[in-house]
Amino acid sequence: MQFDAEALCLQLAGQIRPHLKPSTVLIGIRTGGLWLAERLHELLGIQPSPGAIDTSFYRDDYGAKGLHAHPQRTEIPFSIENSHVILVDDVLYTGRTTRAALNEIFDFGRPACVELAVLVDRGGRELPVAARYCALTLPEPLPSTQTLQLERAADGVLDLRLIDA
Amino acid sequence: MHNPQLNKHGELQHLLTLDGLPRDVIASILDHAAPFTEVAEREVKKLPLLRGKSIFNLFFENSTRTRTTFEIAAKRLSADVVNLNVSTSSTSKGESLLDTVDNLCAMQADMFVVRHAASGAPVLIAQHLQANGREHIHVVNAGDGRHAHPTQGLLDMYTIRHYKGDFGNLTVAIVGDVLHSRVARSQIAALTALGVPEIRVIGPKTLFPTGIDKMGVRVFHDMREGLRGVDVVMMLRLQNERMNGALLPTPQEFFKVWGLTAEKLALAKPDAIVMHPGPLNRGIEIDSSVADGAQAVILPQVTFGIAVRMAVMSMLAGQ
Repeated sequence: MQFDAEALCLQLAGQIRPHLKPSTVLIGIRTGGLWLAERLHELLGIQPSPGAIDTSFYRDDYGAKGLHAHPQRTEIPFSIENSHVILVDDVLYTGRTTRAALNEIFDFGRPACVELAVLVDRGGRELPVAARYCALTLPEPLPSTQTLQLERAADGVLDLRLIDA
Repeated sequence: MHNPQLNKHGELQHLLTLDGLPRDVIASILDHAAPFTEVAEREVKKLPLLRGKSIFNLFFENSTRTRTTFEIAAKRLSADVVNLNVSTSSTSKGESLLDTVDNLCAMQADMFVVRHAASGAPVLIAQHLQANGREHIHVVNAGDGRHAHPTQGLLDMYTIRHYKGDFGNLTVAIVGDVLHSRVARSQIAALTALGVPEIRVIGPKTLFPTGIDKMGVRVFHDMREGLRGVDVVMMLRLQNERMNGALLPTPQEFFKVWGLTAEKLALAKPDAIVMHPGPLNRGIEIDSSVADGAQAVILPQVTFGIAVRMAVMSMLAGQ
């Protein structure tokens, strides 16, 4: 399966553009979602720069798997009180990461609304989560043995890769 | 040799001492601590990681800072914290340490944070838990006798890394009462593991343990000579409560020779940082002008201590 991540990116920006508000802020889920949020920030000219969320401390598999090996900082350098938050992730799968990110966002304040933007919906949802903006929905859910992930080259070009476990 | 702190996968099961802990485990704790520092700036200073876990603070020796920062750390991780104060506990009625532990296990404890005047008490508890099939309960040493104070050593390393970036080129001086100091022992173990090329200990011979020269440190009995060109000055507290016998003339005399003053600090590098584990004895081991001066990072140490303890507890409870 081949993906043109750059084209999908432009498509996603096009979907979001008509719905921008003065209070719109972007928050990207590390790592792929943050790359995407940075790109959307450029394409859409949204101020301020995107915030970054690392969901390691909010994951529901901590009890089973322990702490993530390399947690990174969550950095939200703006007030989210009453803002229109667009939560950005590269791939929407079970919905558990989105759940964790939502919980984390609310520890920073009460946004007016939160919407989800993703590059690809690969199916396989385990929670009632849906993306408001989605560049590509796969016709059939991917088998759980496959991983779809966003990669960023040294020159900043985005690429979606399908990896067999 | 089996390290009783690690499980069979080499992951941290208990934190008892930094001595013999592999470098990558120490570095990993420091790496994990970094993202926890940000929680203090949030509106809701709480993470859900240890929700539903019960942590017992067992302090058989007085402490304000360590007990409070452990309590804050555990609460920021959403754990339920129970503080047992020895003066009001059954121990004063004659209950043994391990009986106390067994009773708390019967109350579904998940973790013990232990401070004890006897070296080895936390190890004894960890072995006892192991022997009774309770390896899912974790032990954190919050200071035992003259042996170790690993979380203090770790927060000191975090502080050094925060201000100096790297350990590879540093000269670090530890000054004062090394003999009674579990902090010094943990600091030396961590600095050595992290590859600090020169560790100096400075103080009077009466306050150095025998065999100090075998700990991989340079020994100085002249403070001015020892401080020359150092990047980090780690002061130790004069532990009057552990002293028996005439190890010192008077505190005033000690300050004159071993107290850190601005004049002595000027011999260190201009950007040297000054650390102290607290509580401060102003005018005995450190002059107020230094303790409150621009080079002191004593209060940041306390703040970083919360993040480091959050990292340790969440790494242990996740095993």
